[in-house]
Amino acid sequence: MTLRLISALAPVLAILLAAPAAAQQSLPTPQPTEQVPEEGLSGAVSDDSDWQDLGIAIPAFATDADVPTQTSAGSTSALGMSVARVITDDLKNNGLFKPVGPDALPRPAFAQVQAPAYDTWAGRSAEMLVQGFVRAAPGGQVTVGCYLYDVALKQQLAKAGWTVGPGDWRRAAHKCADLIYSRLSGENPFFDSRIAYIAETGPKDRRMKRLAIMDSDGANHRYLTTGQTTVLTPRYSPDYRSILYLSYFNGSPRIYIYDLETSTQRLLLQSTNPVFAPRWSPDGKWVLYSMATAGNTDIYKMPSGGGNAVRLTDSPGIDIGGSFSPDGTRIVFESDRGGSQQVYVMNADGSNQRRITFFGGRSATPEWSPRGDQIAFTHIAGNFRIAVMTPGGGEMRYLTDSWQDEAPTWAPNGRIIQFFRTTRGSGKAGIWQVDLTGRNERKLSTPVDGSDPSWGPLRP
Amino acid sequence: MNKTRTIRTAILLLASSAALSACASKAPKQLPPDPGANISTNTTQGSVQGIVPGSQADFAAQMMGQDAIYFDTDRYNIDSADMAALQTQAQWLARYPGKRATVEGHADERGTREYNLALGERRANAAKNYLVSVGVDAARLMTVSYGKERPVALGSDESSWARNRRAVTVTID
Repeated sequence: MTLRLISALAPVLAILLAAPAAAQQSLPTPQPTEQVPEEGLSGAVSDDSDWQDLGIAIPAFATDADVPTQTSAGSTSALGMSVARVITDDLKNNGLFKPVGPDALPRPAFAQVQAPAYDTWAGRSAEMLVQGFVRAAPGGQVTVGCYLYDVALKQQLAKAGWTVGPGDWRRAAHKCADLIYSRLSGENPFFDSRIAYIAETGPKDRRMKRLAIMDSDGANHRYLTTGQTTVLTPRYSPDYRSILYLSYFNGSPRIYIYDLETSTQRLLLQSTNPVFAPRWSPDGKWVLYSMATAGNTDIYKMPSGGGNAVRLTDSPGIDIGGSFSPDGTRIVFESDRGGSQQVYVMNADGSNQRRITFFGGRSATPEWSPRGDQIAFTHIAGNFRIAVMTPGGGEMRYLTDSWQDEAPTWAPNGRIIQFFRTTRGSGKAGIWQVDLTGRNERKLSTPVDGSDPSWGPLRP
Repeated sequence: MNKTRTIRTAILLLASSAALSACASKAPKQLPPDPGANISTNTTQGSVQGIVPGSQADFAAQMMGQDAIYFDTDRYNIDSADMAALQTQAQWLARYPGKRATVEGHADERGTREYNLALGERRANAAKNYLVSVGVDAARLMTVSYGKERPVALGSDESSWARNRRAVTVTID
C-alpha cells in the first residue's frame, strides 16, 4: 500500500529515461500549486469556464518494453492505456475539464513522452497535452511518469512520477490527475482519496444497510459489514486506518470503530445510553459523539484512543453531530434548543455556544470545509437542499434543489461536496456530488443504492 | 340481548370518541386499524384463540392499535389520545407484572438521519415516562430509537408520515 513519490523527478527520471531526460534538465521544475485567497469564491470556483473548455489531450501512456505486470490492468502497454483512461475520467466526471481520452487518440512513442510532437497536437486543437509512461519496476512494482504540456507555448508545465505496488496503480493515475488539476486550476488536489458510505438494498421498510468503502472514482469498492445489522453514518479516520460508525449490533444504537488493517471492530465506549453521530477531529486525536440521557441528547468529546469523555453541551434540547474547524479550535453543530434544528458554533471546549443560522426553515448536518472558509449544511424549507455559508453564518448559497438532499461531506480540497439524495416515494437513496458553483452535479456510480458518504482526506 | 347491545353501543361510543379526538389532534386517519372478526368484543380481558395470555401476541391483540402513539412533526408531547393508549398499555402491564417491554421511537422520513435518531429516542422516552407515571416500574421499560430507518407506512405523503411518527410498545417474551 505504499506509494512512493519520485520527488522532483528530474534526477530519477534522468536515470530511467536516459536519452530524453537530457533535454529535460533546463526546463523548469514543477511549480507548487498557487494558493487561492481564502475569502469568497470569486475567481476560485471549480469550473471556471476559461479552463473548463480547455482542450486537454490524454493519449495512452507509453512504455519502454511491453512486459507483464501484476496489476489488474495487464501488461505495461495495457496499463498505460488504463492509466490514461482513469486520468481522463477523473477530469471529465467532475465537470472540471472536457478532456479527450486515449481511446480517441494516437499513442505517442516512449521517446516522445518528454519530446511531444507539439505541431501534431496543435493540429488536433489540443491546448494541453498529458503524456506519460509506465515501466515495470523491481519487486512487481510499476513506475508511472506524468507530464503536462502547454501545446501553444510548447512548454512543460508540470511533471511527477510514482512507483507503486501492483494493487495501487490507480492511485498513480489519480496522483497524475491531481497534478494536472492543481496546475491548471490553482486548487489543491483531491482525486487520490477514498469514501466510506452506507450501501442500501431492499424494500423501504426493510432496507439492508452495509458499511462500504471505495476510491473517489468508485473503484476498489468493498463491503465491510454483512448487512445483518443496520449500520449508519460512517466517518473515515484522517489516517484512513479506521472508520467510526453507528451500529445496532446489540439491538440499540452504539458507535463502533472498524479497524481496516485487522478487519475487526470494537465498541467506542461502553454505555447503557444510546450513542450516535460519531466524528473525528482533523488530527484524529479526538472523537465527538452524541449521547441521549432520558431522551435528552448532548455532544461529548473523548480521546480517540480511549479515556475520559467531556460533555460539551447541556441544553435541554437535542444537541447532535458536530464538525471541527480545520485548526481544531472550534466545532459547528446542530441543536434544536431554540425550537427547531439550527446550526451553532462553539469553541472546542464547549464554551461560547452561539447560533449562526437565521435563514428561516431548519438548518442541519453542518460540516466545516477542510479549507476553513465555508460550512456546508442541509437547509430544510419544503425541500431538503445542500447549502454553504461562511463560518459566521453569512452568504448562504444553495448548491442543490431536490426533494431530499442531506448530509454533505467535503472533498479534501474543499471545492466539491458529496451528499445523499432520497427519491420521494420509493425512498431509494444515491450518492451525488456538486461543486461550489452548484452547476456541476452528478450521481456517483455505486453497485447498489448509497447514503451517508464520508469523504476522507488526500492520501499522502 | 339487551346487555349485548349496551356493550356494543359503549364500544362504538368509545371508538367514535377516539376517532374524533384523533381527527381533532394529529393522529393519522387510518388508525386504529379495524380489530377484525377474530377479536372478542364481549370482554377486554378475554384471550384470543391460539394466543397465549401475557405474550407479546396477546399484548398486540389486546391493544387494538393502542400499542402505538403518534406525534406531530418534530414533537414529542403526550396528548390525551396518547394518554388513553398508554393507560391501556399500563393496565395490561399491570396484569402481567413479570413482563418487560421496549418502547421503540420512530420518526418520519422528512428529517435528517441523525436528528431523527435523537428525536425517536425523545419520543420513546416521553412514552416511557408516561407509563412510569401511571405505575409501571421504570426498570421494566427500555427504549430504543430507530429514527427514520423503519417506517410502517411506505408513502411519501402526510398520512404516511403521520403513521411513522410513533412510539410503539413491544413486550419482551
